[in-house]
Amino acid sequence: MDGLPFWPRDASVTARTVDTIAIGELVVVALILLLVFGMMFSFVIRYRRGSKADRSHRATKTWRFEIAWTSATLVAFLVLFAFGAKAYLYLYQPPKADLELYVVAKQWMWKIQYPGGQREIDSLHVPIGKVVRVVLGSEDVIHGFYIPAFRVKRDVVPGTYEVLWFEATAIGDFRLECSQFCGTDHAKMTGAVHVLSPADYASWLASQNAGQTLAQQGEALFRQYGCSGCHSPRSTIHAPLLDGIYGNYVHLADGRTLLADERYIRDCILLPASQRVAGYPPVMPSFDGQIPEDDLMKLIAYIQSLGTAKEAP
Amino acid sequence: MTAIAEPVDSYLTAESTIASWLLTKDHKRIALLFFASVTAFFFVGGFAATLIRLNLINPSGTLLGPDLYNRMFTMHGIVMVWFFLIPSIPATLGNFLVPLMIGARDLAFPRLNLASWYVFNISGAMAIYFIVAGGVDTGWTFYTPYSTLFSNSHVMAAALAVFVNGFSTIMTALNFVVTIHRLRAPGMTWFRLPLFIWSIYATSIVMLLATPVLAMTVLLIALEHGLGIGIFDPALGGDPLLFQHMFWFYSHPAVYIMILPAMGVASELISCFARRPVFGYKGMAYAVMAIAIIGFFVWGHHMFVAGISTFAGVMFSFMSFIVAVPSAIKVFNWTATLHRGSISFDAPMLYALSFIGLFTIGGLTGLNLATLPIDVHVTGTYFVIAHFHYIMVGGTVSAFFGGLHYWWPKITGRLYPEMWARAAAILTFLGFNVTFFPQFILGYLGMPRRYYAYPPEFQVWNVLSSAGASILAIAYVMPLVYLGWSLLWGKQAGANPWGATGLEWRTTSPPPEHNFDRTPVVTEAPYRYNPEDGSYVTQDGVANG
Repeated sequence: MDGLPFWPRDASVTARTVDTIAIGELVVVALILLLVFGMMFSFVIRYRRGSKADRSHRATKTWRFEIAWTSATLVAFLVLFAFGAKAYLYLYQPPKADLELYVVAKQWMWKIQYPGGQREIDSLHVPIGKVVRVVLGSEDVIHGFYIPAFRVKRDVVPGTYEVLWFEATAIGDFRLECSQFCGTDHAKMTGAVHVLSPADYASWLASQNAGQTLAQQGEALFRQYGCSGCHSPRSTIHAPLLDGIYGNYVHLADGRTLLADERYIRDCILLPASQRVAGYPPVMPSFDGQIPEDDLMKLIAYIQSLGTAKEAP
Repeated sequence: MTAIAEPVDSYLTAESTIASWLLTKDHKRIALLFFASVTAFFFVGGFAATLIRLNLINPSGTLLGPDLYNRMFTMHGIVMVWFFLIPSIPATLGNFLVPLMIGARDLAFPRLNLASWYVFNISGAMAIYFIVAGGVDTGWTFYTPYSTLFSNSHVMAAALAVFVNGFSTIMTALNFVVTIHRLRAPGMTWFRLPLFIWSIYATSIVMLLATPVLAMTVLLIALEHGLGIGIFDPALGGDPLLFQHMFWFYSHPAVYIMILPAMGVASELISCFARRPVFGYKGMAYAVMAIAIIGFFVWGHHMFVAGISTFAGVMFSFMSFIVAVPSAIKVFNWTATLHRGSISFDAPMLYALSFIGLFTIGGLTGLNLATLPIDVHVTGTYFVIAHFHYIMVGGTVSAFFGGLHYWWPKITGRLYPEMWARAAAILTFLGFNVTFFPQFILGYLGMPRRYYAYPPEFQVWNVLSSAGASILAIAYVMPLVYLGWSLLWGKQAGANPWGATGLEWRTTSPPPEHNFDRTPVVTEAPYRYNPEDGSYVTQDGVANG
């Protein structure tokens, strides 16, 4: 569908699925419109005042018609619903990520951090054919992370993390837009997504002056904020060790079991009292308001790296 | 034409002092007062829309610039939603017609009715204040935490205006519910009520149940803003999504507040000009009630990408498809009403046919939006703008104009120039489609809403849309001119110029202050038209033609 003035480029696995459903639904909608407008026009012309059309034998038992078209529309609508819901469940159960990006939105810019420590503003470089998972955080108001060519969108809500994923299928440059009104320069909070071949991506990464990886930066912060004072095997304070918790289930003191993802770890740092791990005393202080959003993401990248370190032999 | 003078004691001429208008307890005069107020706000909101469309002709958006543009679309939204669309049909035509159609002398609480108009104008004055003082830049949705913490505009003044406005809505709705329950003429059973009354009844129920939620939301914003109590702001321990849940729990039903009365108007018009009883009358009555009730359980479809759970997304998508079923029933029944009718194309009918067409397109694109993966792509874009303008402008405003023309002879006693009115109706339809159809395409292409500047590749569609808007502007000013002209020079209308069956046509035009000389006794179902010879039987049993 590329190159049409009324249809956007599709450049991701998601885009193909969304377009297929959209076109299928367009056909159904067009048929219904044709039916209704066709009936309207033919009745309006045939039964215009003064025409000789037969007006006797008007339907008296209307309920038969009504039940017929009510059930027909109900069935048609439920089929549309089912197609949409099935695709949604598939598209929003992220597959295993090949690459994770951390994005902080603020009025009016996007800050992107790569696991290798590279940073960009209002610009993303991603390899083609890889599952990219994007962790979204906001420093101020609600923003919307939207890449039309990928047909993906997620609001970026302050106080929590949202996640989306995509897998690009075409090399090129695509628009990144803010889709949730965020103040004066909302319309200027745009950027570019550069989809590169794997080789170009590798050389782009190498060309960036990365310094330390995100996890290494996070490790430094882990000591700087004093986290290592308690969350360490040498500590005298009874605090849980964080090795391998990322991506696993944790049992909380209030009986719940939660998946330790970015959102959970974020809440543990900022609101520790709300989801204390079973078997540990409530001694952790809150870091609410003390750690900037990008530092938080580095800390999480570090804790995540502890998880993968444990898996290694 | 022999001079059949207007009845000396018509509600218009009974008293002529300014005080007799400003302190009137007559529902018909209050309807006209409301009509003056909402018309003024329609042009205020329309002025903002004009500037928006002018700004978007150029991709750089330099005409208004960001701050002014953001204020304009906010003002357009707030004014059009709360100061035009919500009161438009109920407070004007509803106020005028509810007692007349059910054979009552007035609404149940005439003083409350007048108070409602004053409260509406107080809130209107507050709205004018926030506009003149510098405006608001949050969008009509007031999303937190932007509205509570980050916006430097007059958010509290605007929120307060909306808060006060809600009381007017509630007063009017309460009045209608009580009136329809208690003041129906003898013989006017529930299933003899004209469908316009059913739709006003359903609307009033939604108003009574939903508006208080808006009031609570506004109060909570004030508490957070003024006292620093964390409710919606994450920095204070609140949850921004809670605001969206509360806001849409009101605002989605509010969409039905805006469209249900229009459906009622369409039923009256189509039946009269097709000379045919409404097809499936009971089904139509049940359908409006079903829309009113199911409409309370779909609000989450505004939040599919806002961070609600996947399960909630699927449930809200399901409910949104379900609520479309009664709307589809109505479209099919209107179409079937045309079958074997005797259809004339007077201006009100042209508006009514536009209504069906545009409402159907608006409704069907609503199915696209209810489909989860499509919504993820097009929510927050011009696709949504196009969708709800097809419903709100193509639907509600067309029906409002259709109803205004249809009942104009009853309200004023005068006929308007028919050819001018038909021209305006056709121009409205054309201008509307040129304005809003390109916005569906812009939306699917990925142009977000609320952008004062945009990538140049979207310019063609935006210029087309702005061109359509200028046609639409002319089509909306035309009735103001020829309806005004008809007040002075229009022909006398007579009691029942359309040969319609409702009780409102069984009194003089304009009606006397007390509506009916004798309380009508209803013996017939509504819409007893016969297309074969054009004859009809009024609801109080008088056969004609």
